[in-house]
Amino acid sequence: MNNKIKRILPQLLTILFVVFVFGFFTINAQVNMDNRGIDFGFGFLSQEASFDMQFTLLDYDGQDSYLWAYVVALLNTLLVSFLGIIFCTILGVIIGIARLSQNFLIKNSAAWYVEFFRNIPLLLQIFFWYYAALRALPLPENAQPWFGVTYMTIKGYYIPSMIWENLNVFMSCLIAAIVAIIFIRIYAKKIQEREGKQLPVLYISLALITILPLLSFLIGGVTLDFEMPVLKQLAQTSFIFEGGIALPPELIALVLALSLYTSTFVAECVRAGIQGISKGQKEAAASVGLTPNQILKLVIMPQALRIIIPPTTNQYLNLTKNSSLAAAIAYPDLVLVFAGTALMQTGKAIEIVGITMLTYLSISLAIAALMNWYNKRIEIKEK
Amino acid sequence: MNLSLNRIKSQNQMTNIYIGSALLILSILDVFLNSFFRINISGSLPGNLSIFFPLILGFLGLSYLRTEYSGYKFLDSLNKNINTTNFNAFLTLFITFAILKAFPPALSWMVLDANISGDTKEACTGTGACWTYIKVWFKRFMYGMYPNELHWRINSAFLLVIGLGFVGYFFKENLKKYLALYYVVIYPIIAFLIIYYLISGGAFGLVWVETGAWGGLSLTFIVSFFCLIFCFPLGMILALGRRSNLPAIRYISVGYIEFWRGVPLITVLFMSSVMFPMFLPQDFFMDKLVRVIIAITLFEAAYCAEVIRGGLQALPRGQYDAAKSLGMGYWKMHIFVILPQALKLVIPGIANTFLALVKDTPLIFVVGLAEIAGMLALAKTNPKWLGFAMEGYIFAAIIFWIICYAMSKYSYNLEEKYKTER
Repeated sequence: MNNKIKRILPQLLTILFVVFVFGFFTINAQVNMDNRGIDFGFGFLSQEASFDMQFTLLDYDGQDSYLWAYVVALLNTLLVSFLGIIFCTILGVIIGIARLSQNFLIKNSAAWYVEFFRNIPLLLQIFFWYYAALRALPLPENAQPWFGVTYMTIKGYYIPSMIWENLNVFMSCLIAAIVAIIFIRIYAKKIQEREGKQLPVLYISLALITILPLLSFLIGGVTLDFEMPVLKQLAQTSFIFEGGIALPPELIALVLALSLYTSTFVAECVRAGIQGISKGQKEAAASVGLTPNQILKLVIMPQALRIIIPPTTNQYLNLTKNSSLAAAIAYPDLVLVFAGTALMQTGKAIEIVGITMLTYLSISLAIAALMNWYNKRIEIKEK
Repeated sequence: MNLSLNRIKSQNQMTNIYIGSALLILSILDVFLNSFFRINISGSLPGNLSIFFPLILGFLGLSYLRTEYSGYKFLDSLNKNINTTNFNAFLTLFITFAILKAFPPALSWMVLDANISGDTKEACTGTGACWTYIKVWFKRFMYGMYPNELHWRINSAFLLVIGLGFVGYFFKENLKKYLALYYVVIYPIIAFLIIYYLISGGAFGLVWVETGAWGGLSLTFIVSFFCLIFCFPLGMILALGRRSNLPAIRYISVGYIEFWRGVPLITVLFMSSVMFPMFLPQDFFMDKLVRVIIAITLFEAAYCAEVIRGGLQALPRGQYDAAKSLGMGYWKMHIFVILPQALKLVIPGIANTFLALVKDTPLIFVVGLAEIAGMLALAKTNPKWLGFAMEGYIFAAIIFWIICYAMSKYSYNLEEKYKTER
C-alpha cells in the first residue's frame, strides 16, 4: 500500500504540475487574444500572402497563399541544408582523413583548420562571409569568368542553366540503369556465395550508368542545351547578368559558413571512426589473404561507418537546424519568411511560431527515428 | 667488393642529396621571393609554366632527397614526416607554398599597411585594415550602450563573480563537504544578486540602467553565465526524470528533452519575443532580456540533461545496488552516492555545453538585443564609419576564437584528467 502511494503520488503531482502550467498558459493566451481581438485558427493559411520573396525554387508571387509561401520557404531551407550537407561531408571526410596523415604538415594544417572554424560562432562566420568577404567581389560589369562560363559577382554567382528536351526519357534511362545495377549486385553476391566467383561489379555498374543515359541522347531524342549568363546593361552604370541560374549571395554565404563550420565536426567524427578500429583488424584481414581494397571495403569501412554515421547524422541535423540562421542575413528561409514576414503581417504569433517549431521538430524526429532504425540494424549482434 | 659498392652507393646518395636540396631550396626561394618581395625568378618562363615551376622543382627535389637512411638527423626526420611518398611530397609542397603565398598579403593587411592612430575615418589612409575603427568603437563592442562613466560597475561585477568562483579552492578541509552546496546553490544566488544590483542598479545609491542599454561582449557573458547556472539544476532534474522508473515522469521528461533538442534556438528566441508575452497574464511585464534568458535556459537544459544522463549511465550498476542494499531511499541514494560520482564524470561534457552556449549567444541579436554581433551591425551602418565590416567581424571572430579555444582546451584537459583518475 505504502509502496503504491510512493509510486503514484510523484507521478500524479508531476502530471498536475504540467497540466497546471499548460492550463495557465492557455487561459492567459485566450484572455490576451480576446483583448487584442485576435482569434486562434489556421484559416489565414489560405489567404493571400502579398509579400515577395527574393529567391525561390518554385513559382511564387504575392498572390499565392500563406500555405504556398510556407512550402516555398521550407524548400529554401531544405536547399540550404542539402547543399551544406554535401559540402560539409566532402570537406569533413578530407579533413578527417588528413588529421590522421603521417605527414606532419598535413596533420597540423588539418588540426588548425578544425580548431579555427569550430571556435568561431556560426552567426559571426555567416556575417563575415556575407557582409565582408562577398561584398569585396567585383560588380557584374567587372567580373572575370570562372571556368570560362560562370561569373562570381557581388550580386551573386551566375552559372549556366541546362535546358533539356525529353528529360523524362533521360531520367527513366538513369533509373533503369540504377535498378539494373542493384539487380546485378544482388546476382553477383549470390554467385559469389554459391560458386566463390567474383564478378567485376564495379566495371559493369560504371558501364551501365554511362552507356544507358548516353544511348538516350543518341536514340531517345534527348537534347541538352546550356543557357549562358549574359551581361546586360540596364542603365548608364547598372549592369546585371541575364539567363542561366543566379545563386544569390545570401545562399552562398550561408552554404559556405554552414559547411565550413559543420565540416569540422564531421571531420572529428570521421577521425574518431577510423581511429576506433584496432590495428589487429587490418592485420587479421591481411593474414587471411584479403587484398588491400577488400580490407578497406569489407573489414575497415563497415566497422568505421558504424562509428561514424550516428554522430555524423547528428551533425547533419544540427546543420539543418542552424540553417535557420538564414534569417539574420535575409535569405528567405522558413524562419525569415514564415516566423518573420508572415507573422508580422498576420499577427498570429502562436500559430506561426508553433508551425515553424513543429516543422523543425518533425524533421528532427524523423531523422532520429531513421537513425534508431539504422543503429538497430548495424548493431553488433553479440551472443 | 662489398666495401666499394657501399662507397659508390653512398656517393650516389650524396649527389642525390645535394641535387635534391638544391632544387628544393631553389623552389622555396622562388615562392618566397615572389610573395614577399615580388621578385619573379621564373618570370622569363612562358605563361603557365612559371606558376608550376616551383612545384615541379620542389617535387623533383623531394624525390631526390627521399632515401631510406642518410645519417643526417634533419634529413631523416624530413623524410619520415613530410616526404614518405610522391603524393605526400606533393601535398607538403602544396601546403608550404599556400602558406608562403597567403602570409604576406595577410600580414600587410593586418599589420604593415594598417592604421590605428587618429579618431576618425579619415585617419585610415593605408590600403590595409583600419583598426582605428575598432579602437573608437571598442567600448561599445564591449559594453554596448551602457553609459561610459558606469563601465566600472560591469567590470567590478565580473571581477567579483569570477573571484567568488575561485573561493572554493580556498575552502578549509572541514568545509570541503559543503563545496557542492556552495557551487550549486549559494554561488549562483550570490552571482545573480551581484550582477543584478551592480549592473542594473536601482538600489544602494546606484543609478538604474535599463537592460536595453546592456550590450556588447559583456551581455554575451551575462546571458551565457545566467543560462548556465539556471540550466544545470533543471537539466539534473530532467536527467533523473528520464531515468526514473515512473512512467509518467519519464515520458514527460523525454518529451521535454526531445522537444527542445528538436527545434533550432532561433525559433526558441522568436518564441520568447513574440509568443511568450501572449502566455503571460495581462499587465504582467517581463523584460525582454529576462525572457530571452528563460528561453535559452529552457533550451539548454535539454542538452544539459542529456550530458548528465550520460554520466548517470556511465556509473556501474553496483553503485546503485550497493546504495540500495544499505537501505538508502531514492533521494538519499542519488544525493550521497550517485550524483557526486556522476557529476564528476560529466564536468567535461558540461564544459562543452557551456562552450556551445557561448557560441550560440550571438543569436540573441536576432530578437534585437545588442550583444557583440548587434553592436557590429550598428557600427557597420553608422554613416561616419561605413565600409569597415571586415575589420569588425575579424575583431569579433578573434575575441570569440580566443575565448572558445581556451575553453575547449580546458575541457579537453579536464577530460584527460578524469580519464586517468578513473
